[in-house]
Amino acid sequence: MNLKPLFEPRTLAVIGVSSTNERHPANVIFEKNNHRYPVEVFGVNPRGGKLHDEPLFERIGDVPKKIDLAVIAARADFVPDILAQCIDAGVKSAAVISGGFSEGGRADLQERMAAIAREAKFPFIGPNCLGLFVPFRVDTFFLPIERMIKPSPGNVAFVSQSGGILVDQMIKFTQQGVGMSKAVSIGNKALVREIDLLKYLLTDPATRVIAFYVEGFGAGEGREFVLAADCSPKPVILMKSGKSEAGHRAVSSHTASLAGDYTSFAAAVAQHNIIEAADEQELVSFCEVLSSYTQPIEGKIGIITGSGGHGAMAVDACAAANLTVPAFAAELQDRLRGQLTENVRSIASVGNPVDLTGSAVDDDFVACAKILAEAPEVDCLVVLLLPYLPGVTLDIGVRLSQVQKQFRKPIVAYVPHVEKYNMMIDGFELNGTPVSPSIEGAVLMAKALARKKPC
Amino acid sequence: MLKKEISAVLRKSESWGWVLEPDAQKIFSLYGFKIPRYGVATRGEQALAIARAIGYPVAAKIVSPAIVHKSDVKGVVLNIRDDATLLATLARLQTLDGFAGMLIAEMVRGLELIIGAKNDVQFGPMILVGLGGVGVEIYKDVSLRMAPLKSRDVDNMLEELTARKLLAGYRGAEPVNLAALKKTLLSFSKLMMDLQDRVESVDLNPVMCTAKSCTVVDSRIMLKK
Repeated sequence: MNLKPLFEPRTLAVIGVSSTNERHPANVIFEKNNHRYPVEVFGVNPRGGKLHDEPLFERIGDVPKKIDLAVIAARADFVPDILAQCIDAGVKSAAVISGGFSEGGRADLQERMAAIAREAKFPFIGPNCLGLFVPFRVDTFFLPIERMIKPSPGNVAFVSQSGGILVDQMIKFTQQGVGMSKAVSIGNKALVREIDLLKYLLTDPATRVIAFYVEGFGAGEGREFVLAADCSPKPVILMKSGKSEAGHRAVSSHTASLAGDYTSFAAAVAQHNIIEAADEQELVSFCEVLSSYTQPIEGKIGIITGSGGHGAMAVDACAAANLTVPAFAAELQDRLRGQLTENVRSIASVGNPVDLTGSAVDDDFVACAKILAEAPEVDCLVVLLLPYLPGVTLDIGVRLSQVQKQFRKPIVAYVPHVEKYNMMIDGFELNGTPVSPSIEGAVLMAKALARKKPC
Repeated sequence: MLKKEISAVLRKSESWGWVLEPDAQKIFSLYGFKIPRYGVATRGEQALAIARAIGYPVAAKIVSPAIVHKSDVKGVVLNIRDDATLLATLARLQTLDGFAGMLIAEMVRGLELIIGAKNDVQFGPMILVGLGGVGVEIYKDVSLRMAPLKSRDVDNMLEELTARKLLAGYRGAEPVNLAALKKTLLSFSKLMMDLQDRVESVDLNPVMCTAKSCTVVDSRIMLKK
């Protein structure tokens, strides 16, 4: 199966466009692609007619151009036939938006559709999904353009079993400044499943980080997926729902009782180099940091802070995340202290955490970051920045980002996320340094970098 | 490929859905696991002959297709030291539901571990190791991985256990033979890959580990329905 036409269509057919109901999902998809994306769009409706001034074609075969991607938003009963017509007409791929299949008791329809497509090696996403969003390329989500929050283009691909979670996650990516390469809602995944998208995204030059939201894998599919992910040079992140064990099934062995569904899931995933995000916040943090830094770290953290309390909290979070915060030897401490501004030199503690105190200025942060960026004692810096300190300026983000780039040692920052501090946050993020809205989040970002080498 | 004897045992066990202990022990022994010397008796003189051949003390356990959890019905008696106790035990076990025999086995000592497997729908055979015995579901000190296990996986699993200090020889106790334990886990993982079409879950509990070796003292194989 060639998935490329799904993601890079030049021609798009929307099947099910209504000439009378402007709010029909197919109309929303038709309109937004017709006016805002570099695809040529054709509407299809068995009754023909017109939408505004555009003709609607009665059959997909009547469309005068070869279609790369057909979006199918017709009633479930009609979909298997429509799919067959698409294949006959030489359409290259489809996204089936319609619901009313296995989720509504019509597994038979879904199976028929999958059988038709499988025989023709015809890739389709769905059914019961939103389809695909590729920045500046195509958008099959039936959500009105004015309501969607669209992340900027970037290198994170996100594949979700739930359309709702996907759209929500796109809002969170946008808020956190994480750019996306592809967003895919796979719904009932009748044909194209996680494993197919994983394999495609591994070869996609626009994608550096591959994230999934999974409710569950089909029989045997979890094994196939984790084995493929184990050897992936691109980090694979996964968020799972349905973790609570369903009821108290009678289990007659200790092992079956101890190795419940989610316990097995979590073990298999962790064993195969996949990073499991516990919640949406973790998912965003992991995507952000892994889209910035590719080299894995061992997990020896140097902490630079403007407040002792923040440093102590970060040390605790590191311990909980199995990261070490090595105490610095006297020689390194002397070098650090030697570079501090006069006011700070006598009051700072430089053991690790390096607590520069509330009197610190930008130069103190930058000087310490430079020394630690060269120190073999640590392989990642967590910088806890308090934008309300009088000596800290808006330049701090870009200056620390330069250190990170110059010495090729990852830096993650904590800055409280309120509107007032956005320009400081942008100084980091737009210059390639990830920022977390919480201390724990910054530490979790570092943890995500402590990823094993692929298999 | 499964050995012929193993296929025959599995086929015979299908009607009640799990493999009786003597048969399960036979499977593990065929696969090269160390098991205690044992015999199965239905009558008194048989029991005495087996016990004398093994040498006291011995353990006695109910064999019955109707009893999966032997301890729950007092179907396990440990440290039997003389003929009289052995015969009295046999007389009592004979009254239990579905009595098909009494398994008499050599007493084995060591650190009690559990080694288990579960055939997961999404991931296939998963292997578990942890602190064993009757408290296994209370302490839940176990580690889990997808089979087939690599040598590195086994190291990580043992490292993950709170009980790793016991394995290393806690407070003067002899350390467990880690090489033997590792070998046992790797062969178990291989066996589970071979049996995955037939088996739902397996408990080896306890596996007694000493400075010398690891012995599968009790085993239970639940078949797929």
